[in-house]
Amino acid sequence: LSATPETPKEDGRPKWDNKFQYILSCIGFAVGLGNVWRFPYLCQIHGGGAFLIPYFIALLFEGIPLLHLELALGQCLRKGSIGAWNTISPYLGGVGVGSWMVSVLVSLYYNTVLTWVMWYFINSFQEPLPWSVCPLNENRTGFNEECYESTAVNYFWYRKTLNITPDIAESGTFQWWLILCLAACWAIVYLCTIRGIETTGKAIYVTAIFPYLVLTIFLIQGLTLPGATEGLIYLFTPNLNTLKNPRVWLDAATQIFFSLSLAFGGLIAFASYNPTKNDCEKDAVTVAIVNSMTSLYASIPVFSVLGFKATTAYWDCLDRNIVNIINEFDLPEESIMRQNYTSWIRFLNSSYPEKIAGLKLKSCDLQEFLDQSVSGTGLAFIVFTQAIILMPGSQAWAILFFIMLFSLGLSSMFGNIEGVFTPLLELQIIPKSAPKELLSGIICLISFLIALCFTLRSGSYWIDIFDRYAGSVPLLVIAFFEVIGIVYIYKIKRFSEDVEWMTGRKLSLFWQITWRFISPLLLLIVFTAFVTLQMQKPPSYTAWNPKYEGFPMKEEKVYPPWVQAICVLLAALPCVCVPLVALFHLVKQKHRSKNPSFVPPEVFSCQGDNS
Amino acid sequence: MEDRWQLPLESSGSQASDSPAPFHADGMLRALLLILSVVAIAHAELCRPDAQNAFKVRISIKTALGENAYAWDANEEYLFRAMVAFAMRRYSSKSTTQITNVLLCNVTDRVSFWFVVTDSSKNVTTVPGSEVEAAIRMNRNRINNAFLLSDKTLQFLKITSTLSPPVEPSTPVWIIVFGVVLCLIVAGIVFLIVSGIQKHKKKNKESTERENLEEKVEVTLENGIPCEALDLKAGHINGVFAADDERFTSL
Repeated sequence: LSATPETPKEDGRPKWDNKFQYILSCIGFAVGLGNVWRFPYLCQIHGGGAFLIPYFIALLFEGIPLLHLELALGQCLRKGSIGAWNTISPYLGGVGVGSWMVSVLVSLYYNTVLTWVMWYFINSFQEPLPWSVCPLNENRTGFNEECYESTAVNYFWYRKTLNITPDIAESGTFQWWLILCLAACWAIVYLCTIRGIETTGKAIYVTAIFPYLVLTIFLIQGLTLPGATEGLIYLFTPNLNTLKNPRVWLDAATQIFFSLSLAFGGLIAFASYNPTKNDCEKDAVTVAIVNSMTSLYASIPVFSVLGFKATTAYWDCLDRNIVNIINEFDLPEESIMRQNYTSWIRFLNSSYPEKIAGLKLKSCDLQEFLDQSVSGTGLAFIVFTQAIILMPGSQAWAILFFIMLFSLGLSSMFGNIEGVFTPLLELQIIPKSAPKELLSGIICLISFLIALCFTLRSGSYWIDIFDRYAGSVPLLVIAFFEVIGIVYIYKIKRFSEDVEWMTGRKLSLFWQITWRFISPLLLLIVFTAFVTLQMQKPPSYTAWNPKYEGFPMKEEKVYPPWVQAICVLLAALPCVCVPLVALFHLVKQKHRSKNPSFVPPEVFSCQGDNS
Repeated sequence: MEDRWQLPLESSGSQASDSPAPFHADGMLRALLLILSVVAIAHAELCRPDAQNAFKVRISIKTALGENAYAWDANEEYLFRAMVAFAMRRYSSKSTTQITNVLLCNVTDRVSFWFVVTDSSKNVTTVPGSEVEAAIRMNRNRINNAFLLSDKTLQFLKITSTLSPPVEPSTPVWIIVFGVVLCLIVAGIVFLIVSGIQKHKKKNKESTERENLEEKVEVTLENGIPCEALDLKAGHINGVFAADDERFTSL
C-alpha cells in the first residue's frame, strides 16, 4: 500500500533535524545576557576566584540534577509543560500553568531589553558615536547641563534612549523610537519562531554560535588593551574570606538556577521534540557544563575591558591633577609625568602646602576605579560603551558588541517563546487546520502590544520590577514542586525506570540522592533565604533625577503602595496556580467520585506508549 | 622688548654723531631716556598680571603637537603680537593698531603670559577688555591656525569660545540603518509565510491525489466481489465449515 507505515514515533510531532540542533538550542536558551553581565559581577564582588567554589557546588547539586529532571521529563512525556504536568498528575497541572505564566511574563520584558540593545546597535553606525559627546546647550556656550554633570554615556542612556522620569509613578509618554525598535524585535522573534522548532532550529546555528566568535574577538582585543591584566588579576584573585558570608552561597545558588533557565517550561518543550531513546543524562551534563564554561569564558574579555576602563580613568584622573598643578605653578609641559607624579606631589606639598590644598586635587586610586562594580544593563550600556569609545575603531567594536548581546538574548527568547508556544499548540487554542504561523503571529502580536507599556518613560523601572519579582521567586517555587512532584507523586522508582529505558543504562545513585533529598532541600533553603532577604527592607529602587542634590548619584526611593501590590501580584500569581489547580481537581474529583460510572484515567508510563 | 630698547639707543647714537651742538645732543639723550623710562614704567604698569584689560594666555604646544612641537621663542611671541594686532584691525576696521601696541609680559616656562593692547591715539592707555575680547573671539580660528593649535591648547583665560555644534546629517543615521534592518525582516517573514502557504497547498494537493489513487486502487475485486463490500474486520463465517467444528476434538 502506498500509505506510510505508522511507526510509534511518527505521531506528527515536529522533531529536531539532528541532535546538534537540540543541544545548541538548549545551550542557547541557557546562555543568555546573564552570563555576560551578571556572572562577572558576582565573581568580582564575592572574592574573585573563591566564588567558583560555591558556584560549582551549586552546579553539581542543584543545577545539573534539575536540568536532567526537566530534560528527562520532556523527552519521556513528549509534551509541553502544561500537557506534561497534566499527564503526570492532574493535581500537578498547576506547575505547568505556573511555568507557562512565568515564560509569558519573562518574554514580555526580556524582549524590551533586546529593544534597547537594538537601539544601541543601530546608533553604532554613526561617527562619532552618539554617546561619546555631550550635546550643546541652547546658546552654544557650553554643554547640556544634565550631560555635563554626569557623563555623555549616562546622558545618552538615561535621556536619549530611555528618556526616564524621576519617579516610577510618573509614566510619561510613549517613546516612538523605542516603539519602532520594539516592533522590529518582535518581528525578528516572529521570523525565527514562525513555525516553532522548524525555524528556530535553523536560526539557532547563527544565534548560538556567533556570540562565541565575538567573545573570542573581544578576548584577543581585550588582552591587548593597557590595564587588562590589572582587571583580570582583580577578578580572579581569590579571597577565601568571603566564603564565610552566607550571601555568597545564596548568590551562587540563585545564579546557577537562573542561568540554566530552569522551571520556564522551555527546556521541557525542547526535550519533547526529541526521540524518546535519547541519552538525556549526557545532554544535561553537557548543557550545564557548557553554560558554566561560557560564563567563565565571557568574564575574561569583560574584565579585561573593565580593567582597561579603570586604568584609563585612573590615568585621566592623574592627568587632570597634573594639568592643574602645571597651570598653577607655571611649570613647563611634561615636567610632571604619571610616573613621577607621587614624588612631585610630595615635594610640592612640603614646599607649598596651601597652594596644593587650594587646588582641591582628587585622590586617584586605581583600586577605587576597579572597585566600581556594575552589573546588568549598567554594565552593557554605560560602562562597556564608555570603554568602547576609548578603543580605536570604536564603531566596529560597538557594532560587534551589540550584535553579540542581541544574539545571546535572542537565543534565550527562543526558549521563552517555545515555553509559551508549545503548550498553547497542544491545548489547541486555534483549530488544528489553522497553520502554526497564525498562532506564533498571535503570540508575538499580543506580546508586542502588552510590551508597549515598557516603552513609556518609566518603562525601565517596570522592567526592573518584572526582573526582580516575576523572574525570580516563582521559578524557585515551581522548580521545588517539579522535583517533589516527580519524586514523591510520580514516584522516583517509576521515573528511574523511564530514564533507564530512555538512556539505556541504570540511573546512578547520584541522581537518586540529589533528586530525592539534596535538590529539594537546597531549593527550600534558597527560597527561604531569598524571600527573607527581600523582606528585610521595604522594596526600593534608584531613580535618575537631575534635580536631586546628589546628582549624578541616583536617588533612592521607595515603591508606592500600588506598585508594591503589583510586585506581590507578579511574584504570587504563577506560584498560586499550583495550589489552585490542585484544589480545582480535588473538587472535580469529589464531584466525579459521586458518579458511579466514573472510570479512573489510565496511569501513564513513559515506556508504555512505545513498546 | 629688547628691540625697543635697541632702536632708540641706536638712533640717539647716530643723532649724537651728527649733531653740531653737544649740549643739544646731551639734552635730547636725557629727554629720550626719560621718555623711555616713563614708557617702560608705563608699560610695566600696563602689562602685568591681573592688570586692567589684560588677558592671560596659556599655550600647550607639546599636548597639541607631540613630537612636532616647536619651541616657544621670541619669534613666536612676535607672531602672537602680530595676530592680536591683526585681530584688532579686523575687528575695528581701522588700521591704527600696530604690532608695537601689543605688549606681552610674564612669560613662563609653562608657556603662559599676559598681554595687553595699548591705544596709540590716547596716551598710555589700554584698549578696553571687551573690545579685545570681541576681536579675539571673531578671529579665534585664524589665531589658532597660525599656531597649529586649538581652542583647548591655546587658551585665553576669561574669553569663552563658542563651541561648534557636532555635525548632524539631515536624516539621522540610525533611521537609515533601522529601515534596512526592518526591510530585511519583513522580506524574511513574507518569504517564510508564502513558502509555508505553498507547502500547505502542495500537501493538500498531494493528499487529495493520494486519496484519489487509493480510491482507484481500492476497487479491487476478489472473487467478483468488491473488497469494500466484505466486512474484513468482522470476518465471515462460512456456514459450510461451521458445522464441521464438532468433528474435531477440542484441544
